[in-house]
Amino acid sequence: MADLSTNLAGIKSPNPFWVASGPPSNTGYQAHRAFEAGWGGVVWKTIGAPIVNVASRYSALNHGPDRMVGFNNIELISDRSPEKNFREIAEVKARWPHHAVIASLMVETREQWHEFVKRAADAGADGIELNFGCPHGMCERGMGSAVGQQPAVAEKITSWVMEVATIPVIVKLTPNVTDVTAVARAARRAGANALSLINTINSITNVNLDTFVPEPTVAGRSSHGGYCGPAVKPIALNMVQSCAADPDVRLPISGIGGIATWRDAAEFIALGSTSVQVCTAIMHYGFRIVEDMHEGLSSYLDSKGMKSVTELIGRSVPTLQKWETLDLHWQRVARIDYAKCIGCNLCYIACEDGAHQCIDLKTPEELGLDLGPGRVPHKPVPKVREDDCVGCNLCSLVCPVDDCIKMTVIDNGQPPMSWSNYQEKLAAGEMQPIPPHP
Amino acid sequence: MPLQPLLPAATIAANMAELKPALRRQEALVEANRCLYCFDAPCIMACPAGIDVPAFIKKIAHGNPVAAAKTILTANILGASCARVCPTSVLCEGACVLEDRDEQPIQIGRLQRYATDYVAERGIKVFSLPAQTSGKRVAVIGAGPAGLACAAELAQLGHTVVVFEKQARPGGLNTYGIAYYKMKPDVSLAEAELVGSLGVELRCGLTIGKDLTVAQLEKAFDAIFVGVGLGAATRLRIPGENLPEVVDALDFIDQIHTHPLDRVPIGRRVVVIGAGNTAIDAVTQSLRLGAEQATVVYRRSEGDMSAYNFEYQLAKHDGARFLFNVMPVEVRGSAGHVIGLRLVRTRAGADGRPEPIPETEYIEPCDLVLKAVGQEKQVALLRQLFPALQIDSRGVIAHDPLTGQTNVPHIFTGGDCANGGREVVNAVGEGKKAAHGIHTFLTKETATPLVQPSRLGAKQGSSGSGLLSPIRAHELVEALKK
Repeated sequence: MADLSTNLAGIKSPNPFWVASGPPSNTGYQAHRAFEAGWGGVVWKTIGAPIVNVASRYSALNHGPDRMVGFNNIELISDRSPEKNFREIAEVKARWPHHAVIASLMVETREQWHEFVKRAADAGADGIELNFGCPHGMCERGMGSAVGQQPAVAEKITSWVMEVATIPVIVKLTPNVTDVTAVARAARRAGANALSLINTINSITNVNLDTFVPEPTVAGRSSHGGYCGPAVKPIALNMVQSCAADPDVRLPISGIGGIATWRDAAEFIALGSTSVQVCTAIMHYGFRIVEDMHEGLSSYLDSKGMKSVTELIGRSVPTLQKWETLDLHWQRVARIDYAKCIGCNLCYIACEDGAHQCIDLKTPEELGLDLGPGRVPHKPVPKVREDDCVGCNLCSLVCPVDDCIKMTVIDNGQPPMSWSNYQEKLAAGEMQPIPPHP
Repeated sequence: MPLQPLLPAATIAANMAELKPALRRQEALVEANRCLYCFDAPCIMACPAGIDVPAFIKKIAHGNPVAAAKTILTANILGASCARVCPTSVLCEGACVLEDRDEQPIQIGRLQRYATDYVAERGIKVFSLPAQTSGKRVAVIGAGPAGLACAAELAQLGHTVVVFEKQARPGGLNTYGIAYYKMKPDVSLAEAELVGSLGVELRCGLTIGKDLTVAQLEKAFDAIFVGVGLGAATRLRIPGENLPEVVDALDFIDQIHTHPLDRVPIGRRVVVIGAGNTAIDAVTQSLRLGAEQATVVYRRSEGDMSAYNFEYQLAKHDGARFLFNVMPVEVRGSAGHVIGLRLVRTRAGADGRPEPIPETEYIEPCDLVLKAVGQEKQVALLRQLFPALQIDSRGVIAHDPLTGQTNVPHIFTGGDCANGGREVVNAVGEGKKAAHGIHTFLTKETATPLVQPSRLGAKQGSSGSGLLSPIRAHELVEALKK
């Protein structure tokens, strides 16, 4: 069994699975339940000056029969008193000394930051997360993403925190910026110990076409919310890797954004996360989901011969490079396995209307195929013209049968050549320009 | 003994409840979302009416059942009844690619019912009629599926149509001959009303050749569609056939549709002769009406049955007995009532036809014999009405399969009298094709079948798949076995 124990900038937890700051980490009761279920850490729902919430706080993007592929909220930070939150943190830590409890904080003035950072440490928290990311409500009051969108402000506030911090400090980044690394570097400059990302993305999930008011609706109005859930995972992965690869950041990362399964977690870790945080999937299914995340990651590491989860951290980061370094001569084509093809012709119409027109429809008789699954006399069957196939993947992506269309590498005998190499060779007069695609 | 009803009304009502109930809204959405939205989908090819199945399913999935119903009903005016009575497992669902991937095809029939029920229950109109009429008049003989489909299509093309039906109610076998647990007659009657709403005049209870001559029709109309279906049950030609408890299976089913269910007389021991789909309907409904034993007797072997396998399984599930390789030689009576059926065992003869094995006769006790050995062709009627009409060697009207046109240019045909007896949906397709043929005959213009949006860009053109040359999934399966 691989060792799943995790150490993020000195914050130790028995596994990398943390409950993200949000509704599931609102109370000590929930933190106990999370640890009982097997979570390694809990990032407390953001503590600050008490706020007042509205009713109707969440909305979701459904896709076909799948609920909550995207999730949106306009809930603010904790509406409980700081006293109660810090007291419960102390109670949870007393019962779970080897699990990580991180206090998420959001206040305004330097004095307030100093006070709350000290109170968190006094309560026994293992670390502090600075909420610079909340994109709704709090930002109108100069907090949350209003901080995280301005590197200079983020740097200043982080430095206030570092003046008094005695436990590790994580800066939580907002994705609602053009370059996430700018704020990550600012956090680094201010002395932060780690990053967590991403917070939620500004969103409107849907419009009620009867009332014309988007959801969630509050007395005939709505407000811009924060988007999360499985649909945001690709955006989060991109930003995590960007920070992990940036030589001016070099901070450990707690990855957040659409994580629901062990596979999601493994991908975040491979792209540079040390721990991962989960909120929406818990809101959907409860704390119990961690059991399979634990088992799945453990089995995966064993299958790869990795003794510890730390061996996976950042494994994929260097595989992402600039486009100009990619090999222009590397070629692959789509090949259809006719033993699996069911004849839906989705690959054909996708290529014909949406890509590069290199699949033909032929009759089974023309292709010399036996009639079998997916084949009816005269009913057309897709056939790739390999000479014209640009290897774009689209057909294999739309194909509803696993492993039916295989993207197959073709050896064209040409040595690797990137766009950069190509530009150099052109400049040196070593080759003629490649003719445009017909 | 004369036959009596055997069960109380509530029990029969429960026994005769629909086998496939309607999909609830969310069930329909989940099912519709499973559809892959194939390009040039095989389900369309397998639909003799040429319904654009992926297009209507997509519309259900997107919360637009009215548009889905429009897609269905403009391609098949009898979409509501076909949704219930089509043998989908050998048509659209048999061709579904998900059968090949998961052995769980999309439940196309039930989705079609969901959409057509949606508009029917709410009285939503999906048709818009042509602003101009052609001034041409067409007579349709027979208000069965072929006649109604032909009439509806002609009305949409701007022609004036009158349908003549000898029965008191329209719909043909759809109204009188469908197993009750598959469909109740009100669905078929509502469809006839829908055809009427397109401006088609339905004259029921009027027999051509008796109340009105063909000559009168030819004078008043520019073209005639003959959709008279098939005739009475084929006779057994054995002693005792005239006893009162020897009944045509279709007449028995007719009684179920025209009497309160608890007033239908039924035997305690029923024997059904024949092993086609009508025999299954008869044996299954006998049991559901309270027969203590119901037996199918068939002169050939199990593998030779013409009933669909899913029908056979249903009958076995209901407790029907099946006796193979036996043929009836006499209906035994006592005091003027049936007491048994004398059977002889058979074997395949040299020519493959069953022949009796001497000295193997025995008596199967029974008090009701249902004949389901096919329907007579209407050769005599057709010869009498249309002496010039060419009847082929099978006893059906010779015609061009793409236009329904007969050797008499202004006479067109479709349905059972032209195909010898097939599904409702085949009759619909043939009625539609004949309507297009009549349109061309009357106007010299071509009526293109509906565009099938899910096939836009298909090399063979995006209209008419399934309608013009439907594939038959079960025939394909047969071909694969060989």
